[in-house]
Amino acid sequence: MAHHELTFPITDPAEILKLRAGDEVTVQGHIIGIRDRTQIRIFDQGVEPPMDLGGAFLLHTAPNVRKVAEGKYEKICIGTTTSARMVRFTEGLGAQYGVRAICGKGGFPDVAIEPMQRLGMVYFAIVGGAAALETTQIEEIEEVLWEELMPECLWKFRVQDFGPLIVGIDAHGNSLYHDVQARAHDKLKELYARL
Amino acid sequence: MSTITTTDLDAAVEAAAAHLYVWALKDIPQDLRDALGAARDRETSTTGIRILETIHRNVSIADDQKNLVCQDTGIAVYTCRVGEHFPLHPARIYAALRAGTARATVEHPLRSNAVHVLTRENTGPNIGYRLPIVHWEFIPDWDGLDVKCVPKGSGSENMSFLKMCVPADGVTGIKKFVLESIVDAGGKPCPPGIVGVGIGGSADYAMYLAKEAIARPVGTRNPDPLVAQLEDELYGLLNETGIGPMGLGGDVTVLQCHIEHADTHMTLNPVAVNYQCWAARRASAHIAADGSVDFDREF
Repeated sequence: MAHHELTFPITDPAEILKLRAGDEVTVQGHIIGIRDRTQIRIFDQGVEPPMDLGGAFLLHTAPNVRKVAEGKYEKICIGTTTSARMVRFTEGLGAQYGVRAICGKGGFPDVAIEPMQRLGMVYFAIVGGAAALETTQIEEIEEVLWEELMPECLWKFRVQDFGPLIVGIDAHGNSLYHDVQARAHDKLKELYARL
Repeated sequence: MSTITTTDLDAAVEAAAAHLYVWALKDIPQDLRDALGAARDRETSTTGIRILETIHRNVSIADDQKNLVCQDTGIAVYTCRVGEHFPLHPARIYAALRAGTARATVEHPLRSNAVHVLTRENTGPNIGYRLPIVHWEFIPDWDGLDVKCVPKGSGSENMSFLKMCVPADGVTGIKKFVLESIVDAGGKPCPPGIVGVGIGGSADYAMYLAKEAIARPVGTRNPDPLVAQLEDELYGLLNETGIGPMGLGGDVTVLQCHIEHADTHMTLNPVAVNYQCWAARRASAHIAADGSVDFDREF
């Protein structure tokens, strides 16, 4: 599997198209933290996000932080949450706001494959639970918007060598999650026959 | 023996709870470290090895930097074994556990996860109506108190499953349901973790037992040989599913399968599955009747 280094937000969509499911990626630049309530506000309550999400890398997170000044937070422990709960926002994030990458753990179900292919998006799998490591790769919390949703705010992080990330779903219709599930269901039939 | 007041014991239990909650979040037990090391040695897929090595690196960083292993500070679940002669009433023990949970959350500080189930508004420093959760066991002819803290993350808790199998489904029905649950859970509960299975009792009790099962030291076996045999068998079968670390495929899907059981009604055959992620955090303390506290891992 190939290894890629990408800087976000990206300006050239071709950067996303060269990624294939199973590749490993390290990320530099800026990433945006987002979670259930943040996306419920955007899509179900129709509130425009006060941040440009064009070419963005979104991270499914709700960090442990310490408030140091008005609107300023220091990291304590930042990790990644389960993505599947938020799959229904994928199309809107890509079509309306130009988001290019969504990173979380546990993957998206198959319903995400078609919109991600059509809109040129990828899903990155991070190692869930590895928050102590992730925290060292987040250099600074640069912005916190919608503080009243704490900890499910819109977070802007500056990162260095963020990863390892595995391309779980690429922009070409491939999903490791789909493949693993298909093989596991075949295997189940074999295991049941042995019981 | 010096005079010990209930106020001193209140303070001892509160301080123990505050310590256990943070300790559990930062320093995972040795049996779990060993199981994760064995998993890394056994895995053969490139992605799986990369993930298990990253987990190992993460645990080392948490140790070095005294940071939380995982950001999800969870719901604080305590298991209490209360001796008949322990001088503090369980009502006061509960209040002290609650106060300790809140204190740890504010002082560290830790992320507050507790919300009202309908409004979704935060209810305070990891406490709320009926939070934290406490499992109670009462021990005759004893004057001590054992407290175990298990901060339970939501990624794995969301992967909980209950099926009211019927007697005609037999043990095969139990096995099929556990296998199908773990395949359906895929990468969501942060595999490889501990599969807790509760069988027998009633619907609610089966799930309670499944939660007890995930909180056992990794690889311990049920004292009933028939149940222990089922633990071994399911552990092997689950690792044949190929779900692998983080659900991205591989040899290691679970670190262990623990089962707790209860006798049941002749027409019931309930099976509950509660998953615990690889960061299977737990920490224990023994509090003596004189208020002295001994922190250990053996429970």
